[in-house]
Amino acid sequence: MVEVLTHQFQKSAQKALRDAFVQNSLRRLSHFHEARAQALAEIGLERWEALRERARQIKAHTIQHLDHYLAMLAEQVEKWGGKVCWARTAQEANEYVLQVARRHGVRLIIKSKSMVSEEMGLTHVLEEAGVEAVETDLGEYIIQLARERPFHIIAPAIHKSKEQVADLFAQRLGAEPVTDIPALAGIARRALREKFVQADMGITGVNFAVAETGTIAIVTNEGNGRMCTSMPRVHIAIMGMEKVIPRWEDLAVFLALLTRAATGQRISSYVTFVTGPRRSDEEDGPEEFHLVILDNGRRRLLEDPELQEALYCIRCGACLNACPVYGKVGGHAYGWVYPGPIGSIVTPMLVGLPKAKDLPYASSLCGACREVCPLRINIPHMLLALRQRLAEGAPQERKGSLLEKALMRGWLFLVEHPWAFGLAGRVASLLQRPLMRNGRIPWLPPPFNGWTRSRDFPPVASRPFRARWKTLTRGGTHD
Amino acid sequence: MQRAPKRVALFVTCLVDQFFPLVGEGVVKVLRHLGLEVDFPPAQTCCGQPAFNSGYRWEATVAARRFLEVFKDAPAIVAPSGSCVSMVRVFYPTLFHNDPQRLALARQIASRTYEFTQFLVRVLGVSDIGARYADGLVVTYHDSCHSLRELGIQEEPRALLRAVQGVRFVEFAHHEVCCGFGGTFSVKYAPISTAILQDKLENIADSGAQVLVATDSSCLMHIEGAMRRRRMAVRPVHIAQFLAEGLP
Repeated sequence: MVEVLTHQFQKSAQKALRDAFVQNSLRRLSHFHEARAQALAEIGLERWEALRERARQIKAHTIQHLDHYLAMLAEQVEKWGGKVCWARTAQEANEYVLQVARRHGVRLIIKSKSMVSEEMGLTHVLEEAGVEAVETDLGEYIIQLARERPFHIIAPAIHKSKEQVADLFAQRLGAEPVTDIPALAGIARRALREKFVQADMGITGVNFAVAETGTIAIVTNEGNGRMCTSMPRVHIAIMGMEKVIPRWEDLAVFLALLTRAATGQRISSYVTFVTGPRRSDEEDGPEEFHLVILDNGRRRLLEDPELQEALYCIRCGACLNACPVYGKVGGHAYGWVYPGPIGSIVTPMLVGLPKAKDLPYASSLCGACREVCPLRINIPHMLLALRQRLAEGAPQERKGSLLEKALMRGWLFLVEHPWAFGLAGRVASLLQRPLMRNGRIPWLPPPFNGWTRSRDFPPVASRPFRARWKTLTRGGTHD
Repeated sequence: MQRAPKRVALFVTCLVDQFFPLVGEGVVKVLRHLGLEVDFPPAQTCCGQPAFNSGYRWEATVAARRFLEVFKDAPAIVAPSGSCVSMVRVFYPTLFHNDPQRLALARQIASRTYEFTQFLVRVLGVSDIGARYADGLVVTYHDSCHSLRELGIQEEPRALLRAVQGVRFVEFAHHEVCCGFGGTFSVKYAPISTAILQDKLENIADSGAQVLVATDSSCLMHIEGAMRRRRMAVRPVHIAQFLAEGLP
């Protein structure tokens, strides 16, 4: 599994905040946001809401009967001549892929974009085993050359400028230093074309897997996905176990939602359906087709009534584009594979809450994510549930400091005793006097100094409302 | 919504009580101006949201039990905060999910607890309360996240502001985006919170508004704190105080 750096959230976030280039790139996210809004305007709010509702119903039903539909999917895949691997962990999935690669004497693998393979750290594992694995989605290719991690679920290299990409291509591919985008795309295309022709194996992700037909659907915009499913001798598709949907016709709902929410497109440039390997009467397609169904901690979500809805996610990235926090810190701060609001639910559950204590708190709970989510996943309320576990859960999961706990208890005493509540106000209004400048408080001691570094704090009122109430007689003056 | 009550209990909220009492006075003045009797149960303190949002549900439940006890006989409860009203309307039922008796009471009380503008526009059916300002005052509105996304309050404050004589209401860009407050988030993750706030300040400044109105003193405290630091000329003010000051 790919290394977990979630504990560095604060440090990485500050690094991103100070990086003018990253900040500039993050402003580009508004394009996605606007494209999505346009797509919604075009389809009409009523139809959009109907699609969302239908998708929620399908997901709720599927997740309730997940094992049933996964078994149906596996049966259908096998019926059409495919092989199925049930992987409990990333390691099991990696080993399976390696095994198949070894059996076929594979030297070169072409990969299309797959978040679940990022989760497995698959290209790294393959590289260590001496198998070259090349990312063929342009963004992922850039990230691979730069040896970085995806910055965004659907736009992995959005934090890179064309100048940075030009440098990277010059350095890693010995390419001419050009900075116009078509020329850069041309360099990548030529380099990748070679790989497409030579590859022995293709690895793809899965956007949706249809249980009743055993079909996987892959949504791409560059055509690279279809090259990976059709050119090499062997195709391995890898899916998180939540990607199954019951029926072929359900695709109509999910495809309509996914591209609109992700990029504002009515449909992506390519939607590829694969049902098993090439049949005897077919000309294209691989000789072997494998479907890896990965758990890797998803069953923890499945068995968790408060967080189960996170399995509804179709990885469109809309919540990232809408999130004010992601919009400032970007994807790398989140320290693992899935960034942004949905990442703050999924990551702690997949890597373990004790390792990802910052994520549930690194949110203002504004709810913009839920508003744009095509599945209406109630992310803010799930963050609150995770916070409860961090404050009140098992000792190894707790985050709250003793100071915080003490402050909470002190606060509770005031809440329970209105006289103390009033008294605390009066005491504070005396204590604040030495801190006051022009009627404001420009500096507070730790742990409150985070506020006053950039903002003044208002003083406690010398006469609180409860004291004024007694004099607020009917028709009295308003001072 | 129920039939408009004649008497309401004010839940002033701890923040308004201790920091912004003029907002509380504004609520009282507007409600009385509209002919309502206003009660202020003195045993009230805090709704429990600070603890709840930090994950301390046990402490939040103690606060919530107190709220239910204090307000159980009130025909309607009005508070100048979408955030605190969200706590009561949306999250109290979560807190008491294992306590059927209190859950029933929490649901009843939740159904008659209103954010100030929601109460005026949806329950009383009033948008013009008779407030007036000198002609041409440019006013804009920030959507507080809990008001907008937990309670669906969007039109109510705008209707009230548009109806104020002399006010020219303008929208500022991205008025629906969070100001970066988020309770303890603003302290624990201060650099992120501040970066979000910075965008908000620029958008407000670009609108040319002289007055920034919101339904929540918490967001206003956050925005105002940075405006003062940067010496911006915009006046941030709670909608209850703004309306009350425009009354004769």
